[in-house]
Amino acid sequence: MCVVCGCHRNDGAEAAAASSSGDLHFGAGAARVSVPGMSQARAIQLEADVLGENDRIAAANRAHFEAHGVCAYNLVSSPGSGKTTLLCATLRALREREPALPLAVIEGDQQTSHDADRIRATGVSAIQVNTGKGCHLDAPMVAAAFARLPLHDQGHRHHHDHEHEHDHEHEHEHEHHHGPDRGGLLFIENVGNLVCPALWDLGERAKVAILSVTEGDDKPVKYPDLFAAATLMVLTKTDLLPHVDFDIARCIGYAQRVNPGIEVLLLSAKTGVGIDAWLDWILADLRVSA
Amino acid sequence: MHEMSLAGGILKIVDDAAARDPFARVERLTLAAGALSGVEVESLRFALGALAPGTRLEGAEIEIEQPPGEARCLACGASSAIASRADPCTRCGAFGLQPTGGTELKVVDLVVAD
Repeated sequence: MCVVCGCHRNDGAEAAAASSSGDLHFGAGAARVSVPGMSQARAIQLEADVLGENDRIAAANRAHFEAHGVCAYNLVSSPGSGKTTLLCATLRALREREPALPLAVIEGDQQTSHDADRIRATGVSAIQVNTGKGCHLDAPMVAAAFARLPLHDQGHRHHHDHEHEHDHEHEHEHEHHHGPDRGGLLFIENVGNLVCPALWDLGERAKVAILSVTEGDDKPVKYPDLFAAATLMVLTKTDLLPHVDFDIARCIGYAQRVNPGIEVLLLSAKTGVGIDAWLDWILADLRVSA
Repeated sequence: MHEMSLAGGILKIVDDAAARDPFARVERLTLAAGALSGVEVESLRFALGALAPGTRLEGAEIEIEQPPGEARCLACGASSAIASRADPCTRCGAFGLQPTGGTELKVVDLVVAD
């Protein structure tokens, strides 16, 4: 408070820069002039993507998968579409068809390790990520889970992003294997949710949307963001078609509306119908990605 | 639901900016959440309000711009204003549009005070 007139120095004068000679500079603030009544707040231009941090880690995951020759798929669907059952059937079939192909799974659920336990029962490594109150997996979770999988140690490719000398000097902590050319398949089973996973890039090669015929055939148009982001739509539980009013052609039509290039497969994990074509798709995609 | 995650991401952007160019608090935060960004704006506003106490965002005015969705028709080349990815081309009625605008979710700028 000014001892002469009792005023409170609340105007912009208080924020003027003072030099050592006692001179006052009112042009040093962001506004570059003295603006009575405006405190020296300043604007910071950012233009920063809210998902930027996740996307940065997703890009790192993507590069990391590529360096290890791992082909990663992000399986997205509503709860109860049959993702885990399909995965178990897929893993057993892959074991038979390509016994040398390394396989691993990252499971996402709010709680319990039930799904990871079911995967492990097939003999394939799985890491369960519990999201607690969270409704989707994100890139940091996948990075942490991948680091714990044996797949991580398999087959380094020669175009790693750091320098690779043939006397095997390495900065990595894990062992270096000249493993098979194909580093393997990683299935990421996302939390059952048709809304949020569409926004969170995990670093996967492709999103596969799983939709069961016991759900509505108009799901693709009701949840357009997710189906627009998927490369492949797999219609499951086709053995139940005689008991439901699911219109396959209409469902495919809706999916093509939001994603003209989407591929579609039909199968039943229970009876095995269509599983071969699904494996054909995966293995063809794996070859292309190599 | 995921608006809480997004609010957390926004707070991190604010804290990162403060690490580069120190300030005590945000007076105004401007976000752009496009119509095709997948974000429910009022949920986001609510989530930011829930997260703000005790942070640099406490007391901040939150402004959320909502750029409209725009997409190009792969069939006829026309540009349409759309509300969702399921909408058809306004000129020829075809589906399968390529989004060209309204997909952003970003912190545009901050007005900060020390």
